[in-house]
Amino acid sequence: MKIRRLLNIIFLSEFVKGLYLAFFYMFKKRATVNYPFEKGTISPRFRGEHALRRYPDGEERCIACKLCEAVCPAQAITIESEPRQDGSRRTTRYDIDMLKCIYCGLCQESCPVDAIVQGPNFEFATETREELYYNKEKLLENGDRWEKEIAHNIKVDKSFR
Amino acid sequence: MAKTTKTMNLNFGPQHPAAHGVLRLILELDGEVIERADPHIGLLHRGTEKLIENKTYTQSVPYFDRLDYVAPMNQEHAFALAVETLLKIKVPERASYIRVVFCEIGRILSHILNITTQALDVGALTPSLWGFEEREKLMCFYERVSGSRLHANYFRPGGVHQDFPVGLKEDILDFCKHFPKVIDDLENLLTDNRIFKQRNVDIGVVTPQDAVAHGFSGVMLRGSNIPWDLRRAQPYEVYDRFKFKVPVGKNGDCYDRYLCRIEEMRESTKIIIDALQTMPEGPVMAQDGKVTPPSRAMMKKSMEALIHHFKLFTEGYHVPKGEVYRAVEAPKGEFGVYLIADGSNKPYRCKIKAPGFAHLQAMDYVVKGHMLADVPAVLGSMDIVFGEIDR
Repeated sequence: MKIRRLLNIIFLSEFVKGLYLAFFYMFKKRATVNYPFEKGTISPRFRGEHALRRYPDGEERCIACKLCEAVCPAQAITIESEPRQDGSRRTTRYDIDMLKCIYCGLCQESCPVDAIVQGPNFEFATETREELYYNKEKLLENGDRWEKEIAHNIKVDKSFR
Repeated sequence: MAKTTKTMNLNFGPQHPAAHGVLRLILELDGEVIERADPHIGLLHRGTEKLIENKTYTQSVPYFDRLDYVAPMNQEHAFALAVETLLKIKVPERASYIRVVFCEIGRILSHILNITTQALDVGALTPSLWGFEEREKLMCFYERVSGSRLHANYFRPGGVHQDFPVGLKEDILDFCKHFPKVIDDLENLLTDNRIFKQRNVDIGVVTPQDAVAHGFSGVMLRGSNIPWDLRRAQPYEVYDRFKFKVPVGKNGDCYDRYLCRIEEMRESTKIIIDALQTMPEGPVMAQDGKVTPPSRAMMKKSMEALIHHFKLFTEGYHVPKGEVYRAVEAPKGEFGVYLIADGSNKPYRCKIKAPGFAHLQAMDYVVKGHMLADVPAVLGSMDIVFGEIDR
């Protein structure tokens, strides 16, 4: 036992074993992705950038019930509303402070009409803070841009919601 | 003439790469030997406890993710258990199993990070590269089940938010099949390595008596040969149905704590496999309409459900008057939530017991007399995460 230990010490056996192992790791399939060109997979439940959705006929879904404003733990949402000319209640202002937002997903859970959702986009870094104060226009634009993906994700996850 | 020497004060951190976050450690050095270590905390203080007093119970859950951000769901678990105890609701069996699976995934997440960064602190780079590959896979499981890689907001009072998506169970089982091989590889690099041993064996020795006296928990206690694991000692959820070993160390040094963590990862893998294979079918949320929101399909069909939906997301539910302390075996030790409810929809007080706090306050006791270079090794083996210490 003692001799074996001595031999191990002299011949650096644990280093050799480690190097041997690391050598074979070189030939393994690489785990990294070449980020801006390749991206990791995200699931249908992913909670990314917010978007306000519209109905297929172009009417905005949000009915200004202010449930998301009430449930938001970070108080990042501000809503103002008044009746429109046709008598329906709509928001006149829908702001999300994306810097306050903690991306907990409670707004999309609470929304009774699936208007506010957290879409699959996670690449919305900006150079100034001001650009992250989203208003209704920006959120609706997000909704239009990501509608296909958002609708697909909701459909896939429907039975679990 | 007798020479007099003066001790030197050294600031270790708050931006030291080996300080595990924003720890400011003021070390009084005699040459290279530490005479006194004075940890200064509070640089990551966000006032979580006070914030929670102003949030409904539903809104409080995401704040627990941000305590120990290495294993978020374990923190939510303690809060969920506390609220459930006060509400006297029972979690469906399937939800309990899902919780066990994700608590153990959290444990593996935390232990991988701890072991590999401890190796990094003492000079080994490769383990962290291999370990983080596995963490990435585990965080993908988090993302698939909750929608977020870190801040899950998944364990809710009454159960878990959503059921497993299709295919997740198979993928986790698949992961568990090959993960022991990765632990073997990590062990191959570290366990016998003479550099790793020189930096860890007999460093930061904690005797069993002192471990208890300082209020240690988790691996810090088990490393010192005290077999205390809340999963075994006070089984919560369905932990009493699984067979697992509680590994203990012998000498209470950094190396023993490392070995404990390695063994715990193996045990966790077994628990996950066991839980996934015996997981019953059924609902994942308690069917108590006054506490848990209705499903979306119900909410859109039934007026009653819609009213409850609105009530639960604005006012939240009222928790009966009372106080309770519930603790879980988080990867870092005993994580507890002491909750006082005054019958309203918000907690009157929510005290969070973070294991790291007790460990860090013993810093002076553990590193006294050691060399300066041992501080990162001790810090690494204590598993300090500032999110939970500063709260």
